[in-house]
Amino acid sequence: MIATESLSKRFPRVTALDRLSVDVGPGVTGLVGANGAGKSTLIKILLGLSPATEGRAEVLGLDVATKGAAIRERVGYMPEHDCLPPDVSATEFVVHMARMSGLPPTAARERTADTLRHVGLYEERYRPIGGYSTGMKQRVKLAQALVHDPQLVFLDEPTNGLDPVGRDEMLGLIRRIHTDFGISVLVTSHLLGELERTCDHVVVVDGGKLLRSSSTTDFTQSTTTLAIEVTDTDEHPDGTRAVREALDARGVAVQDGSGLPGAGHVLLLTATGEETYDLVRDVIADLGLGLVRMEQRRHHIAEVFKDSDEARKEAVGHGS
Amino acid sequence: MAAEQPTATVPGDQTRIHNIGYRNYDGPRLGRAYARRSLYSQSLRGAYGLGRSAKSKVLPMLLFVVMCLPAAIMVAVAVATKANDLPLDYTRYAIVLQAVISLYVASQAPQSVSRDLRFKTVPLYFSRPIETADYVRAKYAALSSALFILTAAPLLVLYVGALLAKLDFADQTKGFAQGLVSVALLSLLFAGLGLVVASVTPRRGFGIAAVIAVLTITYGAVSTLQAIADVQGSSGAVAWIGLFSPITLIDGVQSAFLGATSAFPGGVGPSNGEGLVFVLVTLGLIAGTYGLLMRRYKKVGL
Repeated sequence: MIATESLSKRFPRVTALDRLSVDVGPGVTGLVGANGAGKSTLIKILLGLSPATEGRAEVLGLDVATKGAAIRERVGYMPEHDCLPPDVSATEFVVHMARMSGLPPTAARERTADTLRHVGLYEERYRPIGGYSTGMKQRVKLAQALVHDPQLVFLDEPTNGLDPVGRDEMLGLIRRIHTDFGISVLVTSHLLGELERTCDHVVVVDGGKLLRSSSTTDFTQSTTTLAIEVTDTDEHPDGTRAVREALDARGVAVQDGSGLPGAGHVLLLTATGEETYDLVRDVIADLGLGLVRMEQRRHHIAEVFKDSDEARKEAVGHGS
Repeated sequence: MAAEQPTATVPGDQTRIHNIGYRNYDGPRLGRAYARRSLYSQSLRGAYGLGRSAKSKVLPMLLFVVMCLPAAIMVAVAVATKANDLPLDYTRYAIVLQAVISLYVASQAPQSVSRDLRFKTVPLYFSRPIETADYVRAKYAALSSALFILTAAPLLVLYVGALLAKLDFADQTKGFAQGLVSVALLSLLFAGLGLVVASVTPRRGFGIAAVIAVLTITYGAVSTLQAIADVQGSSGAVAWIGLFSPITLIDGVQSAFLGATSAFPGGVGPSNGEGLVFVLVTLGLIAGTYGLLMRRYKKVGL
């Protein structure tokens, strides 16, 4: 779907992209990076709106430098920022955007009605956008990116500003864009955790460089950490320590969850598979403690950076 | 969202609501030229509040009526009094009602471009096949057309009225044609100036104030200077000073080439040689504003 080859973009003062080579296949791909990591710059180049300083890129097999218009006809783009005029209705706005994508008037109307329904906007679509909630606005933004039935959509931070429920709905919707609509997705975020659940493949960039590109199954296999928290009882005044000792006795390495909320009461351990969950359950039940929570820890992007920094140092060390 | 999924169809079960699911679009995609035309017609309609809220229809429609009403009255007077000529020349009409035209440009140029900038809709246009030039051309053409409709409609009223009053056909047709050329130039010039000023600010209020300032302050300054020059008897200067405001520029062009009587003090417009400079400056300004708009929108990317 997307292929870049030592793609660089330098501005007078900053290098936004530094020899980025990445291949993205069909499916849902997450593009993760901190703010300023070069995500938006990459999207701009891929839409053929900003020339690369160096290197080349292809979208849907079309060269971004020469076939920008053809690419933009077949891809959709949902910007990170607000982009909706408040004084028109969602229907009018999306119809207009459909026509801007080249759809004839009748088709534009039909596709608008379909698309708004698919993103979950019903009667409210006839009201002016100014009165919409953030979640509804995000849906309109998504609808205008999908209305011309693109082969690929770029979604720039689609979960920004949404509450947890809205976030989950948006992520579910993104998943459906691929599974039900058959449209490939490139979605950016600075939260790796939320992309892990949605994407088939995750690309991590930092400072314009590729840190990691792998399928999400690789990611979760190597990084599943369980966080557990237990209650204290009269028998075990320090339940956390009791569990820790019991798990140590069974040969499971446990770390303090220091630096996490509720530090001192949270234990971290690496899950090797289903049996780890069973073990933890049994140990806690044997001790007669209450299990407050046991969850897969979401990884922060910083941890990926740390891992890869170490890997890089190792590689350098081996090289010398 | 999950709620709309389980309505899968079961063969033979006619009572279910069929969720037709996602349908792909394989119809025609009409590309850039079509998108540009769509943007043009949407902007033109928008300039009269069509396809927008009822509130936004009020001002443009009101100005349109105000623009046409004097023409209708003149026609009525001419028919009633069986006059030999219309009380006002076709070419003079827009000059007399310039305040209304300025007000229209000031209200509609910002709504045409400032809205897209303010609500950051511009990136959505440029993430589609359309390009900077298409956007600028569509917006420019739309506002020019809207202005042409505003300024040519009263001329049409005058012309039809004149024919009803059985005034000289050849004379009237010539005057009407000259008037149309003049207001066409005026529309292009005013639209360009209005859009350039409005495209600098995303705030509509500033845009309106700035456009009014550009159109009326220059006119005020120029006509004052012209009056002073006229009193001091330097009639040559009167014409040259006219170069520095949009409406006197149009006045100069039409008095030199379109048979109009100049509204300059002393009633003496530029001579043919001077008039050529007026035409060149007018065309230069139209091209210049187009160039400035292109430059402005090169910067407004995603």
